[in-house]
Amino acid sequence: MATPLLQVSDLRVQFRTERGHLGAVDGVSFELEAGRTLGIVGESGCGKTVLSRSLLKLNPIAGGSVIFDGRDLVAMEEEELNDVRGRDISIVFQDPMTSLNPVLTIGYQIAESLTHHLKMSRAAARTRARELLAAVGIPSPDGRLNEYPHQLSGGMRQRVTIAMALSCEPRLLIADEPTTALDVTVQAQILDLLKQQQRQRGMAMILISHDLGVVAGRTDEIAVMYAGRFVERAPTPVLFDRPRMPYTEALLRAIPRLDQPSHSRLLAIGGRPPDLVEPPPGCRFSPRCEYARDRCRVDEPYLEPALDAGHSFACWYPVSAAAGPASVSR
Amino acid sequence: MAAQSPDISVQAAVLAAARPAEAPRAGATWKRLGLSFWLSAVWLALVSLSALFFPLLHFPNPNLPDLANQAAGPGPGHVLGTDTLGRDMLSRLVAGARISLTVGYASTLLGLMGGAILGLAAGYFRGRLEGFIVAAMDAVLAFPALVLVLAVTAFVGHDIRIIILILGAIGIPAFARVTRANTLSLSQREFVLAARAMGAGDLRILGLEILPNVMPSILTFGLLVVAVAMIAEGTLAFLGLSVPPPAASWGAMVAEGRSSLDTSPQVSLIPAAVFFLTIFSLNLAADRLRRLVEVRESRI
Repeated sequence: MATPLLQVSDLRVQFRTERGHLGAVDGVSFELEAGRTLGIVGESGCGKTVLSRSLLKLNPIAGGSVIFDGRDLVAMEEEELNDVRGRDISIVFQDPMTSLNPVLTIGYQIAESLTHHLKMSRAAARTRARELLAAVGIPSPDGRLNEYPHQLSGGMRQRVTIAMALSCEPRLLIADEPTTALDVTVQAQILDLLKQQQRQRGMAMILISHDLGVVAGRTDEIAVMYAGRFVERAPTPVLFDRPRMPYTEALLRAIPRLDQPSHSRLLAIGGRPPDLVEPPPGCRFSPRCEYARDRCRVDEPYLEPALDAGHSFACWYPVSAAAGPASVSR
Repeated sequence: MAAQSPDISVQAAVLAAARPAEAPRAGATWKRLGLSFWLSAVWLALVSLSALFFPLLHFPNPNLPDLANQAAGPGPGHVLGTDTLGRDMLSRLVAGARISLTVGYASTLLGLMGGAILGLAAGYFRGRLEGFIVAAMDAVLAFPALVLVLAVTAFVGHDIRIIILILGAIGIPAFARVTRANTLSLSQREFVLAARAMGAGDLRILGLEILPNVMPSILTFGLLVVAVAMIAEGTLAFLGLSVPPPAASWGAMVAEGRSSLDTSPQVSLIPAAVFFLTIFSLNLAADRLRRLVEVRESRI
């Protein structure tokens, strides 16, 4: 197997709080090959966004390494990093309402990274910006170049941020909840656009979402994140078919289904995510897990490979393909 | 509206460039500024343009006494009358406007540039640098401005450049504060993070992302500071500490008429009225523009 494009090992991010260190990302490791798509799902506050920003070292990193194309970004100097950011790796942020500069025209903002990274002339950058706007499906891109962000709708703005992210032909695109702030009707369009651009350009993509439905048809693999860690990782069809970690199972069950009779109860996950300053001993999901046993509250499980290829999960008593915990311990 | 004073048109241009009105509201911007704004703008334009083109306008020599007409009222030959030495009032007012406006604009520009740089640095880099800058600004603010000016002019002389320099330096803390406050909140905005994610370094972020967002507020604030600087110059001139006589300056003209207030009050009152109108217009225009900027900011 070729060396992966991105190799993250034991990445840790801590924030100092009044009560102590908060481990927002706590020992995450994964690999991503060129052209592949990884989905990261988890509920709010589990560290998805921090993880995505750490991949570009946008927040201080406590430990671990992020090796992109053979170079460790964590060890890199800021100046060198600025050549990677936006050029090799770029991010599409969650809220297009705030991630564009309100006082600069769209054309200027897209051309900006082209002149900066690729040393294009102003005129060439402008032509390229026009092409990019057309590529992300913005009608009459010529007129839009001179418009300001507030003149565009949310969906259009997100298309603009995608155009900006794509401008330097990055090899990895990180989309951090790219549709959360958008209308449901626009969400699918934006996701399809991302997928289409990814295929066309052969980029690798990390698609972050709290919505399993969003990542379902658009990823090769999914990692489920809980309390700053990956708790299960599997090729997308396997994860939906045979989830082993009770948290994943609970997430899947929490998706409302149309084929259920109306007024049937939504299966929410009880309790709240753990306090990351003082995480619970043992499995971090144990306080909310319906299958938790004594061992779960003492010993911490680590990601270990399952029978299916590429499938790993962190659980002492994994659920089997059929619902219910497998009683054989590992 | 074609004849705006340079400052106003710069303001308007910056505002227009920064945030053009939304399409359905296009054209409504000038209406929302209100009649009083445009009256002030016209007055400021009149004063600024006549001061700018003074050498071309064939006014009577402002320093040449007409000994037959001393402290005369308005009439033919002297549109606004003469002062106690018989010098043409209108000429002296326009010549004085050159001094007042030069001092007002130049010192403000100086303060704005210095303050913007310090404020951006303090608000963006934070840490020790911010502490140092804020402390230095507080120290300057705590120093009684008039005493400083008196002390420096006593030593160095009453050159207009010195006065501009001092007033500019005194203006720096105010601009630094406004800029820093804006920068503090702007640096936390997501588009700054997005710019970082696109590989922009600190200088790029400051110059291309934050500064354009700070500009409208510091420029409208700057218009207020122009008024303050002009008042300061007027005060100095009244005390005889601005440009030396016989050069005209509004403050000095008010002072010169003091002795004849009972017999010919217009010698003091006319320059005082012009001074008042100019300052009032500056304040009003600045206030209206500020409101416009604030409304737009709240909508973003």
